[in-house]
Amino acid sequence: MPLLEAEGLARQLEGRLLWSDLGFRLEAGDRLGLVGPSGAGKTLLLRQLAWLDPLQRGRILLAGRSPSSWTLPVYRSRVAYLPQRAVAFAGTVEQNLRQVLSYASHRGQAYDAPRILGWLQQLGRGAGFLALAAERLSGGELQLLALLRALQLDPEILLLDEPTASLDPASTERVEALLHQWLARGQRACLLTSHDGAQIERFTGRRLSLTP
Amino acid sequence: MTAPGALPISDGRLALSALLILVNVVLSGLLRLGLGRSLLLAASRMVVQLLLVGTVLEWLFRQHNPLTILLLGLVMASIAGVSAVQRTRARFAGIYANSLLSVLASSALITGLAVSGIIRPQPWFAPQYLIPLLGMVLGNTLNGISLGLDRLMEGLTSRREQVEARLSLGASRWEACLEVVRDAIRVGMIPTINSMMVMGLVSLPGMMTGQILQGATPAAAVRYQIVILFMIAAATALGVVGVVLLGYLGLTSREHQLRLDRLRTRT
Repeated sequence: MPLLEAEGLARQLEGRLLWSDLGFRLEAGDRLGLVGPSGAGKTLLLRQLAWLDPLQRGRILLAGRSPSSWTLPVYRSRVAYLPQRAVAFAGTVEQNLRQVLSYASHRGQAYDAPRILGWLQQLGRGAGFLALAAERLSGGELQLLALLRALQLDPEILLLDEPTASLDPASTERVEALLHQWLARGQRACLLTSHDGAQIERFTGRRLSLTP
Repeated sequence: MTAPGALPISDGRLALSALLILVNVVLSGLLRLGLGRSLLLAASRMVVQLLLVGTVLEWLFRQHNPLTILLLGLVMASIAGVSAVQRTRARFAGIYANSLLSVLASSALITGLAVSGIIRPQPWFAPQYLIPLLGMVLGNTLNGISLGLDRLMEGLTSRREQVEARLSLGASRWEACLEVVRDAIRVGMIPTINSMMVMGLVSLPGMMTGQILQGATPAAAVRYQIVILFMIAAATALGVVGVVLLGYLGLTSREHQLRLDRLRTRT
């Protein structure tokens, strides 16, 4: 059974049909690149998969079950969507990480300091990063925070919208390495958009093309 | 109706008072404020509306049927519910129903409790008590509701990214919107708290002034004022909480989505 399956999706935006009869399957280990010109609806497709917008047509199944049958908060912590513009919540980086774990859907999950510190080290940041005020982080640092905030929930699917757009090449490489490592840890897959053709070439195994 | 205490104002002197509006008109002209027309319109509306209300109340106070009085209360509350929405900058389906429900429930409950438990007029529906008290409660609740609604819609719009980021990380719609909801309720309740803070120091409420002119002792008038302020505070709190929670439910979905597409900004 595929991890995530989409079938017959269609999306209309202000009378314009962005896509129709769109479908794909994500199997464990898949790295699917979502490509297409600006305005083709790449972000809207990721939002759709995260169930942030009402579904117009088709169906989406996670491990064979619909999002509603998982309950949406549980579904979304297993299919984590990272928007292009990472969002800071009030407080320090560590408070950002802890706050997310307080949601009812993560009951039983505790803040894992050693694991976070390990990831930070891999990303070339020290423990001092945790004490920074999240709202004053640079765009790139905010993307790192957003990635860690999602990774700590142990999602099975990551929906990444331009995950390294604000990062320098060295940090981009580190993020990709961290993602590979996360993928290798279990039954996981990710879907990614990037304006960087080389990153799509390098990181993804298959491509899904959205053409208007 | 004879007023014990207060000096009656004759028609001629009433007309004389209207000359005071000339102060505003002249100032508007001198400073080119462009308010002349709205000043005259507002002044005429005020005079006509109050004279009408005076007549209606005279008729009403002769009524001995509780149904008539409750019906009038219902009409007043409905007008308050509709006006609260008319002051907001955006709309969504159901906003009028939400506002009506919140205003009706909160004002009926609080006015009912206060009149039957604290003031206890005979009979319980005595319009001299029920109608002015309800009016004061409604005026303030209306204000709180429109502030709270406005803030809720503005907050969900301006913090959409935060709310959706929380949803994307597994928050329920309640967990994701809690901050915005709290903020909206707070904003709706603050004017009431502020007005209690300076009551008697900066402002002498109109009703108290009226009672004193009518010959009531200041000590007795003050007691009424205290009861009314507590009524206003409680009714505003209930109304604001109700309308903000209903609005939150209307602008999110059971599938834990933020549905700003249901919001229409007024043009």
